[in-house]
Parts: sequence; structure tokens; C-alpha cells
Amino acid sequence: MAGTGKAHLRQEGDVLLRVEDLMVEFPVGRTGLKVNAVSGISFDVLRGETLGLVGESGCGKSTTGRAIMQLRRPEGGSVSFEGNELTTMSLDNMREARTRMQMIFQDPISSLNPRRKVRDIVMEPLTIWKRGTNEERSEKVDALLAEVGIDPARAAESQPHQFSGGQCQRISIARSLVLDPTLIICDEPVSALDVSVQAQVLNLLEDLKAKHGLTLIFIAHDLAVVKNISDRIAVMYLGKICEVAPSDALYVEPAHHYTKVLLDSIPVPDPDAALHKVTIEGEPPSPVLPPPGCRFNPRCPAADDRCRSEEPQLREINTGHFVACHHPLVGGDAPVTVRTTVL
Amino acid sequence: MSIGSPSNVTQAATREIAGPLLELTDVKTHFRTARGLVRAVDGVSFTLERGKALGIVGESGSGKTILSRSIMGLLPTKGTERHGSIKFAGAEIGNKTRKQMRGIWGKEMAMIFQDPMTSLNPLMKIGDQIAEPLKIHLGMSKDDAMATARRLLQDVRIPEPDRRLQQYPHEMSGGMRQRVMIAIAMACGPTALFADEPTTALDVTVQAQILDVIAEQRRDRNMSLVLVTHDLGVVAGHTDEIAVMYGGKLVEKAPTRRLFAAMKMPYTEGLLASIPKLEQVSHTRLNVIPGRPPDLVNPPKGCRFAPRCPYVSHKCLEEEPPLTVTPDDPAHSYACWYPVGSPEYHEAKARIATSAEAN
Repeated sequence: MAGTGKAHLRQEGDVLLRVEDLMVEFPVGRTGLKVNAVSGISFDVLRGETLGLVGESGCGKSTTGRAIMQLRRPEGGSVSFEGNELTTMSLDNMREARTRMQMIFQDPISSLNPRRKVRDIVMEPLTIWKRGTNEERSEKVDALLAEVGIDPARAAESQPHQFSGGQCQRISIARSLVLDPTLIICDEPVSALDVSVQAQVLNLLEDLKAKHGLTLIFIAHDLAVVKNISDRIAVMYLGKICEVAPSDALYVEPAHHYTKVLLDSIPVPDPDAALHKVTIEGEPPSPVLPPPGCRFNPRCPAADDRCRSEEPQLREINTGHFVACHHPLVGGDAPVTVRTTVL
Repeated sequence: MSIGSPSNVTQAATREIAGPLLELTDVKTHFRTARGLVRAVDGVSFTLERGKALGIVGESGSGKTILSRSIMGLLPTKGTERHGSIKFAGAEIGNKTRKQMRGIWGKEMAMIFQDPMTSLNPLMKIGDQIAEPLKIHLGMSKDDAMATARRLLQDVRIPEPDRRLQQYPHEMSGGMRQRVMIAIAMACGPTALFADEPTTALDVTVQAQILDVIAEQRRDRNMSLVLVTHDLGVVAGHTDEIAVMYGGKLVEKAPTRRLFAAMKMPYTEGLLASIPKLEQVSHTRLNVIPGRPPDLVNPPKGCRFAPRCPYVSHKCLEEEPPLTVTPDDPAHSYACWYPVGSPEYHEAKARIATSAEAN
């Protein structure tokens, strides 16, 4: 995985967000060591597109989402949103920029203030930014609540704990939309929900995306969910991007060995299909001392010496389908490069 | 099962006693609350044969967790009303106190829960936590218990067991902690394992590993398994039978293959349809079950699923359907007036399709 490179960045099209060489590191106590959470990844999102970021716990997908929002300033790289560079933006300008890029989190109950009325929670961004008159605000909030399927009258007199998890996620979505953002970063928004509620929330996101002209970044570990909602998917492993492809192509023809593992791990609701799946042993290694070469090499069935020493670069194997692997499942081996990347 | 060590043979032999392992008759678990009586489990009957794996499936609030906790006797004593009979290996356990259940927990019935972090003692080393039941239930010496703990860690495929025995839970990942929970559950060789959403908090790759470890342990130990989950995908490959719960009731029960091939309840059909499938093209509209599970203080009259059922008719709203056995498979029962495949179902389905077209 391990791949770096920018072959997959697009030159044409209306690029809303472009992330280049993003790097996020966390110090480990006073040891001088650091967690390489995100190690130089690049991707772009076109206006109106949904990009899925998928990978296991610890692959850096949530950190990437937070680094885009500048909730933690990244250690390196650039994040360009609507043509403006965010990494060097002043805090005041950043606050303003965040009105157009919003985030939804995994745990809908803890992301809502437990002591406030739900309607006030959704209204607050409008009050802070002094948007419209009181009547206009009320109208907007009530319309949004109704749109996400929450009764505005009930929201006016209830606190978050009086709603179910699925309803709280709907409320979070209403709050994220109240300032008319262009980009929504959804960090595992349905992972804590039942399958039936999950389906409701996914359909709701699709409807809202169409109606409000939104661009989405959808972060999750379940490839079936990500595939359903995304136009394009980036698979992450241990702080790197290993494969980028249109959703359907990724499923039909996964090129990276890790993508194949992710696909095969999904429990299929069919008693016969479940018997043929391939699983993987072990867990991702520590991001404090990631393996040299391709970061997936210790768990990869196809790893050889080259994988252990040379980091693969993202390269196009099919239209719009990029993989960072020396020996991918499709598209043939990577041409031998002159230099060996040293980490 | 394959022929194992002598101890395995005797263990298997003692488990040949006639009769089902678990026999539930009209089990009801109600909670007295300020709002009124919550009928969390409302008249559930079923049997589970020895060595079999049963999946209990349903949404949050369907009563699946309360049912499994009722069987294990893990309910608050205050404000709880329990009715009906629960027989485990022929003996009535439904009326046992917590103190009496202590002799059964760990030794006969073991359990693992959703959150492996809060189920482990954060201040106790892994090795001591696995050794504890061995010392208490089986009277092992400290050294024997530690040696057994080490072997158990190997059984659940934890690498470097010697190092892990000396670690605390916070030093391990979620998947490793769940393996430790399984090791503790297996320690005294229980007859039945209750797993309540054991993989919901885990990554898909780790989920697949944990389910495989549970399946392997079950095979090796000829143990029964009750797997409680909201995900039909999880139970599909890891159970012999599936019980679907809705609104505190059992609404469908069938052998796993049979259920997926010929499900009768519109609710089961709805649950299956709401799972995103990899083979569908992206942006495929998911079929949702509209609305929410019923309020168990005032459950709807008639079929409890009727208010959310796409094929609802007048009778469904008035009369409660009984659990009926299908004519072609005595192991398959369902509670629906107009099940999937009936003429009324096809009629209702055609009606929905026409009205959708009209829109």
C-alpha cells in the first residue's frame, strides 16, 4: 500500500477539494518517536461527487477527515478547498471556511449537547453567524428538521436522549446542513446503527446530496456501505492510499491484494457464499515503525523482496483505476523503477 | 466431531444425554417503569439442540438481548417480572437466583459481549483474568491455571501468548481483547456460549477472524452457540438455525439455509433487503423498513409489525398472527397472516408496484 504518487489527481473537471502529500503525525509521549497516522496521501474530489475513504481502524481515514477540516493542523502537505489553501489560513478565515465544509460523526448521541433542546442545537450555527431574522431562522430549521424526518414540534421540546440513535444521526445531519455547506465529511456515520436504520440514513444522505447539491467524503470500514453511496473509492492502509477506483470497478476488479481482503471479509447474507471467503491473519502493524517498502507487505500473499524494499507508486491500470502495488491482481506488474524509495 | 483426546471423548459422551440443551416455554420478561410495563420479551418458546448454533436476529429494541440475558439470568432483580419456563440440560433455571446461577455461569454457560473493553477488568493482567475461573470452578492450582490460560490464548490464535499473559487490556487492540474474552469464556469448557453482538464494534477484517475463531472453538468442543446480532450477514455463515425477533416476539424461526431460501416473514425480508449488497451497482436505492420498532409499553394490536409492513391488510391490524409451522418443513415456523409467497402477498406487492409506477 503503501503507495504514494499523484497520478490519480485530475487536471480537468470542477475540483472542489484537492489534498496533496497530506502528512499527519502524533508524538509518542516523550520518546521522540511518532505515529505516522497519514503519510503523504493525495486525492481530489470534484464538485457533486462522493468520495469513499475505506480501511481498517488505524489506517488514518478519520485523521484525514479531521486534517481536511484543520481540526488538527497537518504536519505537511496542502489542502485546497474551493481554490483556497487551508493549511496556512488564519484561524478567523478558517472558521468562516468551515461554514462551507461540515462534518458528521460516528456516535450521533455524543456529538449532540445532552442539555440542550434539539431544535436549538440545529439553530445554533445560524445564531452564531447571525444569518437572517429570527423568523427566517425558525423557518429554515423547521424545514430542515422536517426534511430529515424529525418532527420540528417535538424537536423544540426534547433533548437528544429522547431520540433513538438513528434519529440523533438525522439531527446531526440537519445541523450540518443549516449553513448551506458545499462539502460534508461523514466519518463512519452509519457504523453504530442497525442495518435497517443504516439503510434509512444512507438513502437520506443520497436525497439530501441531490437536493442541496452537496459533495461528500464518506469514511467507513464497511466496503459494501461505501460502495453503495460513493462514486469513487480510495482504499487506505496504514496511512497510505493503496487503490483509487470508481466504485463499481473496485468491486468488479479489485487490483490491490488488500482491497480483495476487505471485499472478502464482508459477511454476505447467503449461507452458501459465506463458505468461500478468504480472510487475513493478524492486524495492521504499528504505525510508529511502519514496514519499509509497501506497508502491506507483512500481510500480503504476493509480497517479495521488491515489496519489502521499494515503495509502490500509484499508477493507472485502467481508465480512472489506480493502484499502488508491484504485483497487482490485475493490470500486470509495475515496471521496475530506477530508484528505491527509502522511508 | 473428530476423535480427540480422552478428555474430549468423555466430555462429548456426557453431552449425549437425551433432550434438547435449551428449552424455552412462553418466556416473558417485563420491566416495571414509570411509563408502564415494558414487555421486552413477550412469550417466546423454542428449543435448541446440543451442539447447534442458533442466531437471534432483530433490530435494536426487538428484545433479542433481553431474551439472551433472560436465559443467562443476567437481569436486574428490581422491577423485573419473569414468567414462563427456561430449561437448561433438563433443569429449570428460569427461577434461579444470581447466587444459584454462579455455579452455572462459566462452567455450563459462558458469554461474550459487544464491548470487549468494558467486559475486561482494566486493572488485572490478562493471564490472571483467564486463570480466575479455572481456579474457582475447576479448583486448579495457580501454575496449572496459568499453563491452561497460555494454551487457551493459543487456541484463540493470539500470537506470543507468554507476553500477552502479562499484559493489561489497554495494551491490546479491540480484536485481541475480544479473543481474550473468548479464551475466558472457553476456560471451563462450557456447554453453551452466548455471544451478544460479539463483532459489532470491530472492523470487518477482524470480525471475520473472530467469527472463525468462535466457529472453530464450537466445532472442537461440541458446544452450542447462541449468536445475537442485528446483521443477517453475520449469522448466515455461522449458525444452523435462525430466530428472528420483533417487538419482543419470535416472528420466524428456521434452519439457516431454509430461512434464506424461503423466508416467510415480511420483516425478515425487509431486514435482508436493507443490507447494502456488493454486487449491486453503486447508488442503488436501498429498500428500507419505514418507521421504528413498536413501543413495548403499548404494543400495537394485531401483528406488531403491521404498522411498518408494506403488505399490511385489515386482518393484520386486528388479530395477532400465531406462530405457525410451514407445511413442508416442520422446523420452519413464522407468525404472519399473509406470508411471503402467499396469494395475498403477491397481490399486495403488485398493488405497491402499480402505485409506484403511477407516481
